[in-house]
Amino acid sequence: MHPPVLRVRELTKHFGNVTSVDGVSFDIFRGEVLGLLGANGAGKTTAINMVLGIVTPTGGRIEVFGKELMANRIEVLRQMNFCSTYTQLPGNLRIWQNLKVFGQIYRVPNLNSRIDEVLEMLEISHLKKRVSGELSAGEGTRLNLCKALLNRPRLLLLDEPTASLDPDIADKVRRVVKRIRDEEGTTILYTSHNMRDVEEVCDRVVFMHRGKVLFTGTSEETLHHFKEESLEDVFIRVARGGDIESKGEIEEASK
Amino acid sequence: MSLRTVRALVLRYLYLYTRTPVRIVELIFWPLVHLLVWGYLTRFLQQNIGDDFPHEITFLIGAVILWDILFRAQQGVAIFFLEDVWSRNLLNIFAAPVTNADYLGSTYAVGMMRATVTSVMLGGLSVLFYSFNIFQLSWALIPFVFNLLIFGWALGMISTALIVRWGPAAETLAWAVPFFIQPFAAVYYPVDYLPTALQWIAKALPCSYVFEGMRGVLTDGVVNWKELGIATLLNFFYLGLAGLLFVRVMLKGREKGLLTKFASQ
Ligand SMILES: Nc1ncnc2c1ncn2[C@@H]1O[C@H](COP(=O)(O)OP(=O)(O)O)[C@@H](O)[C@H]1O
Ligand SMILES: [Mg+2]
Repeated sequence: MHPPVLRVRELTKHFGNVTSVDGVSFDIFRGEVLGLLGANGAGKTTAINMVLGIVTPTGGRIEVFGKELMANRIEVLRQMNFCSTYTQLPGNLRIWQNLKVFGQIYRVPNLNSRIDEVLEMLEISHLKKRVSGELSAGEGTRLNLCKALLNRPRLLLLDEPTASLDPDIADKVRRVVKRIRDEEGTTILYTSHNMRDVEEVCDRVVFMHRGKVLFTGTSEETLHHFKEESLEDVFIRVARGGDIESKGEIEEASK
Repeated sequence: MSLRTVRALVLRYLYLYTRTPVRIVELIFWPLVHLLVWGYLTRFLQQNIGDDFPHEITFLIGAVILWDILFRAQQGVAIFFLEDVWSRNLLNIFAAPVTNADYLGSTYAVGMMRATVTSVMLGGLSVLFYSFNIFQLSWALIPFVFNLLIFGWALGMISTALIVRWGPAAETLAWAVPFFIQPFAAVYYPVDYLPTALQWIAKALPCSYVFEGMRGVLTDGVVNWKELGIATLLNFFYLGLAGLLFVRVMLKGREKGLLTKFASQ
């Protein structure tokens, strides 16, 4: 087996006396979509920011493509990309201008045709000459995704990519995610609160609660482990019950 | 530093300025206002002081032009960062393959471009309105401009470092920092007119040597190369110090999650 594309070991982050991420470990292998799940504040975004190198871990180790992240930051980042609900592309530039700037930063070959390709993929070719700041929330998210796909990343981090999308567009985005995984073997770390997303696109999930990993496995394994009918139920239970192991205990606890 | 990355980051600013003409107006409007105020003040003084030292007084116009070079260079660096904060683009840049050197190199380039636009405009208008020709400074103009640019960059990095450290509430520092030092920089009056203690501050600021030097050239046509040498040495010292401060604050920023805080505000 190849080494994992992303290997995270005992990753920990303290902000002052708040522990946001607490000894998190997981691997993602080539062509895999891993769902990082958990309630608001579970530490998902902080974990992703550490993999991007914009937050320094307090402890633990991150290896991307078999290399230690911070020692090879630029080389690694060039083959990575991300899309997050927390960022936008400069609103005063036109869509093609924004993609041109980021395409050059990421050294994308044949940039002009690649820009057309990603716009086509997310079905926003008709917006190419529009000003980015005038896009609707859904269009803006798709533009962010275009930027994230521009350099054909080997590792793609998506932080709630479907958060502001209507069901139709969310469905399109899921299809794009599956398509790049299948066609280009892209490895993807995906956070979402939409369990439909997760059931459809994620090969495995990591459930986090208060900075810790509660469970890692496929959707079926997760349902079996928590003895629930749907991931949605697991999510709610994890969010409310924390690290209580079995259904019996949580019912005990709620009495 | 990678020139390709710098080119891409600078391209973003060229797009920004061609897309939003309002920003060009800002770039032209304020320096112009300054020039008019000091220009007419000079004319008023010239006509009332008499013929004793009519030449010397034109240094006020020279000061406006040279000060603006320092100010624009500083702005280029500080606003570069803020543009990304305002557009919520900060994480896209800092999670991209951009080194500190690429980033700083781009801010210097933008600072230099801004300074070029305003100084060419002010230089032209001062000839037209007040028959003041900045090229009277002859070859001394080159080290003057060079020193002002470098000090502007250093102040710009310090401004950005303080903004990262203290958060968006400290945004106004991007405009305020140059004015903190202006009283001691001997921009419009000679260092000798400051109280002794403040003269020491002036002597520690590389730009004061430039303004003194400019007055020297305009009054007796002599360039004090030794003082310019001191200014250059001081400048490299401050540039290095500001660079260290910037790198350190960015490291701390990554540790404390300051960059991501900017993004989520
Ligand atoms: N820059 C920061 N400074 C201080 N605390 C932070 C910072 N970023 C995140 N946190 C805290 O870390 C915890 C996890 O947040 P986050 O990673 O955003 O969770 P999630 O993405 O799972 O909703 C929260 O309690 C949050 O307040
Ligand atoms: Mg989050």
